Amino acid sequence: MRKYLLKRIFYLFLTLFIVATVTFFLMKLMPGTPLQNEAKLTASEKASILAQYGLDKPIWLQYLIYIGGIFKGSLGLSFQFSDQAVSYLIGSRMGPSMQLGGQAMVIGVVFGIILGAVGAIRKDTWADRLATILSILGIAVPSFVLAILLQYYLGLKMGWFPVAGWEGFAYTILPTLALAASPLAETARFIRTDMVDVLSSDYIELAKAKGLSKFGIVYHHALRNSLIPMVTLIGPLAAALMTGSMVVENIFSVPGIGEQFVKSILVNDYPTIMGVTIFYSALLCLLLLLTDIVYGIIDPRIRLSGNGD
Amino acid sequence: MENPENVIEVRNLQIDFHTYAGEVKAIRDVSFDLRKGETLAIVGESGSGKSVTTRSLMGLLAPNAVIKGGSIMFHGDDIIKKSEKEMQHIRGKDIAMIFQDPMTSLDPTMRIGMQIAEPLMKHKGLKKKEAISQALEMLKLVGITDPEARLNDYPYQFSGGMRQRIVIAIALVCYPEVLIADEPTTALDVTIQAQILDLMKDLQNRIDTSIIFITHDLGVVAGMADRVAVMYAGKIVEYGTVDEIFFNPQHPYTWGLLNSMPTLNTAGGSLRAIPGTPPDLLDPPVGDAFAARSDYAMKIDTEKEPPFFKVSDTHYAATWLLHPDAPKVTPPAEIVRRQKKFAEMQRPEPPIKNTTKE
Ligand SMILES: Nc1ncnc2c1ncn2[C@@H]1O[C@H](COP(=O)(O)OP(=O)(O)OP(=O)(O)O)[C@@H](O)[C@H]1O
Ligand SMILES: [Mg+2]
Repeated sequence: MRKYLLKRIFYLFLTLFIVATVTFFLMKLMPGTPLQNEAKLTASEKASILAQYGLDKPIWLQYLIYIGGIFKGSLGLSFQFSDQAVSYLIGSRMGPSMQLGGQAMVIGVVFGIILGAVGAIRKDTWADRLATILSILGIAVPSFVLAILLQYYLGLKMGWFPVAGWEGFAYTILPTLALAASPLAETARFIRTDMVDVLSSDYIELAKAKGLSKFGIVYHHALRNSLIPMVTLIGPLAAALMTGSMVVENIFSVPGIGEQFVKSILVNDYPTIMGVTIFYSALLCLLLLLTDIVYGIIDPRIRLSGNGD
Repeated sequence: MENPENVIEVRNLQIDFHTYAGEVKAIRDVSFDLRKGETLAIVGESGSGKSVTTRSLMGLLAPNAVIKGGSIMFHGDDIIKKSEKEMQHIRGKDIAMIFQDPMTSLDPTMRIGMQIAEPLMKHKGLKKKEAISQALEMLKLVGITDPEARLNDYPYQFSGGMRQRIVIAIALVCYPEVLIADEPTTALDVTIQAQILDLMKDLQNRIDTSIIFITHDLGVVAGMADRVAVMYAGKIVEYGTVDEIFFNPQHPYTWGLLNSMPTLNTAGGSLRAIPGTPPDLLDPPVGDAFAARSDYAMKIDTEKEPPFFKVSDTHYAATWLLHPDAPKVTPPAEIVRRQKKFAEMQRPEPPIKNTTKE
């Protein structure tokens, strides 16, 4: 187990290194410079600012400097936010993003499981069809469309929730709903397929033969067996939430990482783009690693080949 | 109940399955009794309706099944008329079942102690602790070594044979009156098979349960059953005591089955599977369903369904060959020889009543 963990952690860092490298060069391919919006500056002023940030150096040197910085634990300084450290920016904006992501994950997964289980148990009835349509909608409708619809109808027209901003729990409701739709749909679809399989398996037959009630069978046998593979969905769901948050945070003016990320792309704030990308990648890698560990613990069939490997 | 000796009386059972292709007439007028403490074997080729028949006793038919007629009497009540809720009180308590594949019949995510304890908690209202301690007794009974420690193990930690012992423990933990074993050893290798069969016989004596033993392997039946019912194409075509079916079979289908039964002597290659395939149950043939595959078919076999002819008080066969006007035929030489060899091997004095010459 320890050897396995060490190996995984090594790969985690390798992945992050590759991500940093690829992002760095991709970013250099983006059109424009950090100064494209500053029309007032003269050419020599621009040159001196570029020199100040090291942007006049050859790209390979910039790359080495950047990677060197990372090894020293620094993600650089942001261009747009008056030279604040990128790591500080990420830290200060993490709160709202984590809160939205967490709320959306919980709502999405809980209701997704319910929807998927109902679909599987009532397979081929109207309830199943309704659940299927809902989950197809949840996957097909992009989160920005849903966000705008929610904002317009529930926020503007009905006035039930604040339209935008970040001043308390009420402000989190609409963005949470917009974000939750996709994990909810994914979860429902996953659980339905999975549970239909589980319900037709021999051990469910045996559970019936024991005389257990329908509820007992689902609760004690089917649910647990369907939920275990769902652990593998955590990674993809988290990724979906991260991408979703960029759009949703912008639409609802939530001061989170996603909003900052989109802004920094628009103004070529290289260090921030790099920093957030690496941060997201690290988060995702950690989640995936955690997923594997949790999976190994809860599923007695697939326990990691503990002693050897 | 017609006979107080009977635990279950099945009468004129008829079961269809709705499918896109039409109505599959899977069970066509099946009647049989299960006596207290006996082992009744149901044998027949794949698709003959063995599983469907026994699943109907548990009220566990597929959703597309329709019971067209008949009755299944148990304790004076008709099981067919019972609600799902009422059936839940019978399943696992009065009638229990063992399935074919022990590798997949246990819940992989539940400790086996709990899996054995579950029926006790459901039917006897025991608390978890008491149920687990009874589960422990059951584990000992089915011969799991170091049972205390193994209560907390998961199924993947057991071999196939051990898992089938656990499945048997689950089935018997409430001391059911009836145990249905649907090919319980087919998935196991031969030495383990024998151990499981011994275990079942041993437990039957201790727990005093009646067993319906389903198999398409007649070789297993000889040592296991008291009586045998032979099924073909949704019907029982012959039934009698083990000796009667093995030493004095009457239906050409039973001959075919016995003929295709491997023994030490036939292992060399004289094994004969019955040629042809069973009829399509979407549109079952008129008359004797086996006629198309039988060397002994007569004209009437394709016109009129044979009734049961009495061979002895306990032995009946549905073949026109037993009609007084039917021509006398000699069963396949293999059968006659096999019967003699079998008799020499198994019993000191073979109770052959038949006078057929080779
Ligand atoms: N759900 C179903 N829908 C349609 N037909 C079915 C269904 N279940 C069983 N049948 C049909 O009923 C017939 C009897 O099947 P059954 O499973 O009882 O056979 P069996 O004697 O147990 O065979 P095996 O030895 O293969 O287990 C078969 O022709 C089968 O195709
Ligand atoms: Mg079967």
